[in-house]
Amino acid sequence: MTFALDIKQLSKTYRNGFQALRGIDLQVKQGDFFALLGPNGAGKSTTIGIVSSLVRKTAGSVKIFNTDLDADPSNAKEFLGLVPQEFNFNVFEPVIEIVLNQAGFYGISRSQANARTEHLLKQLGLWDKRKEMARNLSGGMKRRLMIARAMVHEPKLLILDEPTAGVDVEIRHSMWKYLRQLNQQGTTIILTTHYLDEAESLCKNIAIIDEGRIIENTSMKALLNQLNCETFVLDIKALNSSLPQLENFELQLIDDTTIEVGIAKQQSINELFVQLSHHGIDVISMRNKVNRLEELFMGLVERNETESLTHTQG
Amino acid sequence: MKLAQQYIAFRTILTKEILRFARIWVQTVVPPAITTTLYFVIFGNLIGSRIGKMDGYAYIDYIVPGLILMAVITNAYSNVVSSFYSAKFQKHVEEMLISPTPNGIILAGYIAGGVARGVCVGIVVTIISMFFTDLKIENWGISFLVVVLTATLFAAAGFINAVYAKSFDDISIIPTFVLTPLTYLGGIFYTIKMLPEFWQTASLANPILYMINAFRYGILGASDIDIGLAFSIILIFIVLLIAWSMQLLNKGVGLRN
Repeated sequence: MTFALDIKQLSKTYRNGFQALRGIDLQVKQGDFFALLGPNGAGKSTTIGIVSSLVRKTAGSVKIFNTDLDADPSNAKEFLGLVPQEFNFNVFEPVIEIVLNQAGFYGISRSQANARTEHLLKQLGLWDKRKEMARNLSGGMKRRLMIARAMVHEPKLLILDEPTAGVDVEIRHSMWKYLRQLNQQGTTIILTTHYLDEAESLCKNIAIIDEGRIIENTSMKALLNQLNCETFVLDIKALNSSLPQLENFELQLIDDTTIEVGIAKQQSINELFVQLSHHGIDVISMRNKVNRLEELFMGLVERNETESLTHTQG
Repeated sequence: MKLAQQYIAFRTILTKEILRFARIWVQTVVPPAITTTLYFVIFGNLIGSRIGKMDGYAYIDYIVPGLILMAVITNAYSNVVSSFYSAKFQKHVEEMLISPTPNGIILAGYIAGGVARGVCVGIVVTIISMFFTDLKIENWGISFLVVVLTATLFAAAGFINAVYAKSFDDISIIPTFVLTPLTYLGGIFYTIKMLPEFWQTASLANPILYMINAFRYGILGASDIDIGLAFSIILIFIVLLIAWSMQLLNKGVGLRN
């Protein structure tokens, strides 16, 4: 099997002694849409920094499409496109030049670069802004510019570090659509994000990193299946009487028109509705209290922190 | 990366650099033109006419090569130091670092950009000097070669400064406290033959003296220094500074965590 990214025993200790990565192993399959999640300071950006050659590793190996980053950096870098978390383009350059220059750094001829730049800027809704200085773009446009720049050499692996941070809902959804299209066309995508609904909606596989260790690495479906109990919020018509006691379900009244209920994995939601109907409670709508992935993520990270604390004290 | 692709990457960096200083020409080309005009007016015309001859030449003719080369040195240096430091500061240097462009090409592109600005400003200053004196260039080949080599040397020095710089103050310390004094004491305005023996010998430790004299040799045909020695010194410094720059880039000093 070809791995788009194959990381083995990757460690990084910064000069100040901070151990950002503690020998992680991570494999991302070709064609995957992969989420790399973790709390702030967990080691996500360090991992991405090492893969993109911006951070020097302490130990371990990185292969991009079977090409070792140390042994053959030039070819390994050809495969990779990076959309970093922070804006890192020259704000005093016109939009079109930023993309064209990036093509030049990959040795792409001017005619080919012109065609690709026009295509990408049109696709990402920036063609009308091509002569504008980058500093005059809105936050969402700047994010899209970084995607266009990262895609100009047609990388087989695209890493996006918080691509939708600070963009409005409409642009966020149009970016999701674009990323799904890219993935369907064969680009392997690795995404880090703090919006867990984004990861849940887009990604097929997931790794959770915390304190420099991979604490979970599985498919999104398998991870979500681990969730034993979900809390739902039900919007109801106003209650005429007090909150009834249900068999096997514990209701909690939030206000006159809102109740919360925890539903275990093996329980039937139909059963809940039958009992509610029986007590004359009409449900208008229903939603998850928190995103399912968020619930799992918090649980895993808290568990890891508790274990680390136990080890330290032990 | 194939050779043809490396050439495209080099051309990209060079074009980017030329466009950068051309876009802000009021900050990059106009100030040296005004400064050297003032030098020509004050030291050449007003004071120079009272000084008389220097090493057998009218004073204004004597200072023209030094003033042109001073503009070349300052601009080649400041182009690279400010451009590369800005790229670090705004983090867009990462565009190059994540790409397959070899470090040698990155360095060559920036140095070529510095040389381009140095030569461009040198031409502007030379044209201005023609309004003040009847400049006849003795040896075009030597003159041009000295300009290009000197610009290369100081572009590489500017690159090293930019790599080590951690703030905008750091990119002005070397030009202010090292480059300007060495240039002024490098024989722009006088021949070292005028100095007491001790200071003549001390002046020989100043590398800029060799460049100014080599350029003066190209323009006027006169020099305090043997021209072969001058070229050797320039070349040795170029090799040393480029090797230093490459080492910094390969180690990722100030660029990679």
